Amino acid sequence: MSESHLRQYWIAFRTIVTKEVLRFARIWVQTVLPPVITTALYFIIFGGLIGERIGEMEGHRYMDFIVPGLIMLAVITNSYANVVSSFFGSKFQRHIEEMLVSPIPNSVIILGFVFGGVARGLAVGVAVLLISLFFSPLSVHNALVMLVIVLMTSILFALAGLINGVFARTFDDISIVPTFVLTPLTYLGGVFYSISLLPEFWQGLSMLNPILYMVDAFRYGSLGHSDFPVALSFAIIAGFIAVLYSVALVLLNRGVGIRS
Amino acid sequence: MTPALEIRGLKKTYKNGFEALKGIDLEVAPGSFFALLGPNGAGKSTTIGIITSLINKTAGTVKVFGHDLDTDLQAVKRSIGLVPQEFNFNNFEPIGEIVVNQAGYYGIPRHEAWERCEHYLKELGLWEKRKDMARTLSGGMKRRLMIARALVHEPRLLILDEPTAGVDIELRRSMWDFLTRINTDGRSIILTTHYLEEAETLCRNIAIIDDGGIIENTTMKQLLAKLETETMVLDLSEPPPGIPQDAPVALRQIDDLTLEADIRRGEHLNDLFRVLDQAGIRVQSMRNKANRLEELFLRMTRNGQSPSHLTPGAGGTSEQPENQA
Repeated sequence: MSESHLRQYWIAFRTIVTKEVLRFARIWVQTVLPPVITTALYFIIFGGLIGERIGEMEGHRYMDFIVPGLIMLAVITNSYANVVSSFFGSKFQRHIEEMLVSPIPNSVIILGFVFGGVARGLAVGVAVLLISLFFSPLSVHNALVMLVIVLMTSILFALAGLINGVFARTFDDISIVPTFVLTPLTYLGGVFYSISLLPEFWQGLSMLNPILYMVDAFRYGSLGHSDFPVALSFAIIAGFIAVLYSVALVLLNRGVGIRS
Repeated sequence: MTPALEIRGLKKTYKNGFEALKGIDLEVAPGSFFALLGPNGAGKSTTIGIITSLINKTAGTVKVFGHDLDTDLQAVKRSIGLVPQEFNFNNFEPIGEIVVNQAGYYGIPRHEAWERCEHYLKELGLWEKRKDMARTLSGGMKRRLMIARALVHEPRLLILDEPTAGVDIELRRSMWDFLTRINTDGRSIILTTHYLEEAETLCRNIAIIDDGGIIENTTMKQLLAKLETETMVLDLSEPPPGIPQDAPVALRQIDDLTLEADIRRGEHLNDLFRVLDQAGIRVQSMRNKANRLEELFLRMTRNGQSPSHLTPGAGGTSEQPENQA
C-alpha cells in the first residue's frame, strides 16, 4: 500500500470519526445528558443512601467500590448505543451508500464507526467521572491500566454495536440486544458487588461473563483491588476485539445487510 | 480509445430468483452523454447499482475507463460519481458537511474539500444554504445537492439516475444547461430518465433496456431515423372550407381549427403546404403531436418488440396516449 493511499485512508477515517462525533454532539441532550443523570441517581441512591447501610465492600467504602463499575457501565452502553444507532440510521436513510460507492476499504469504515463510538463512550465516561467526584474522591492506583482497559472495552462494545447494526432491519432490532443481553450482563458483571459474595455455582457462571473482567480490571486500576489477574482481563478483551473485528470485516466484505 | 464504460455478459439474479439482468452488453464512449432508458423494472437501476458496486453481480464483467470492477475496484470507484434515484443523504446534516464529508471519503483534504464544495454549491445555487440541514431543502434543491456531492471528487464518469424527477420545468432546464456544460468540458455522463424529451435534448447516444436485456444501443440520430411516421398538429387561423382530397399525406380534421397530418419518412411538408395553400387553408402554427423518442420508446418496449418490427405508418401517434411515459 502506497503512502498516498495511506494518507487518503487516514483522511477518510478522520472524516467518519468527525462526522460521528458531530452527530452525537448535535443531539447531546439525547446522547450525553441522560446517562450522566442516570449515573448521578445511582450514586445518590445506591452509593449514598443504601451504600451507607451496606458498609465496606472488599475493604473499600461502597460508594468508592461502585464508582469504577458505574463508569464502565456508562462507557459500555454508550459505545454500543452510538455505533448501533448510527450504523442502522445510515442504512435506514441509505446514506451508508455515500461510503459504499467511495474507495474507502471496509476496514476503515469499521474503524471510523468504532472510534466514533469510542469518542461517545469516553465523553460520557469522563462526564460520569466528574459527577462521581461530588460523591467520592478520585482514586487512581494505575492510570495506564485504567486508560487502556476503558479504551479496549469501548472498542469492543463499539464493534459489537456495529455487528448489531449490520444485522438490524428495524428499530426494534437495535434495542433488543442492549435490553436483553447487554444490560443484564453489565449488571451481573460486578458493577455493584464483588463476585466473592456469590455462591460457588454463581461465581462459576459469572466467570463466563466477559464484562466481569473489564469491570474488575478497571477497578484494579482505580482501587488496586481485583478478583482476577489483570493480564487475564487484557487477554480476554483483546481476544474478543480480534474476533468481533474479524466478524465485522467479513460481514461488510460480504455486503450483509448493505448490498443486494 | 478506452470506453468510459464497457459491460459484457452482465447478469443479476436476486435471492428470490428474479432475473433482473439476463446477460447485457453495453459500451459507452468517453465524453459521451448517454441515455439508458427502459420501463420501470427493466433493469436500469440494477445495472447502475452493479457499476457503482452497491449491488453484487451474478456474472459478467464491468470495466470503467479500462479498470475492472473485480480486480481494480478502487480505481473504478474513483472514476464514478453517482446521483441516485432516491435521496440518500443524512437529513440531519448540514448540506456543506454532506459534500465535504463525501470528498473526505475519497481522501481529499478538508480545506480542498471546502473549496470544491463552494465551487459546486455555487454552480448549483446552494452555497447560501450550506449551513442548513438537508431536511429543510426543497425536492429540487435535494437533487442539486446530490449532483454537487457526486461531483466533488471530480469523477470522469457521472451517472444520474432520474436526476430531474419531481423538479419543476425552470429548474430542470437549468440542470440541463449545467449537465451539458460539464459534458462539454469532457466528463462522460450516463443518464436514466422518464422524461424522454430530456434524453432527446441532452443525449447523443442511447440504449434501451427492457426485461433485463438491451434491445437497442445506437446514436440518438439513428434511433430517431427509425421513426417511420410522425403526426403533426396544424392549428388553423379560421375554419377550413374543406379537406383537400389530393393531399400528399393522410390528413384529418380534429375540430374547426385543428388538422392532423401523418408525415411518412420521405414525404415533404412543402408538398402539404402547397396543397393547403391552394385549398385556402391558413395554418397559424404547427407542432409535433408527441415526443418522437417517446413514441419509439413505447413501441419498442411494449410487448418486447425490436425496432425491426416497426412498420411504416403503423398507426402513428393516434394509437399512443400522450405523455404516457
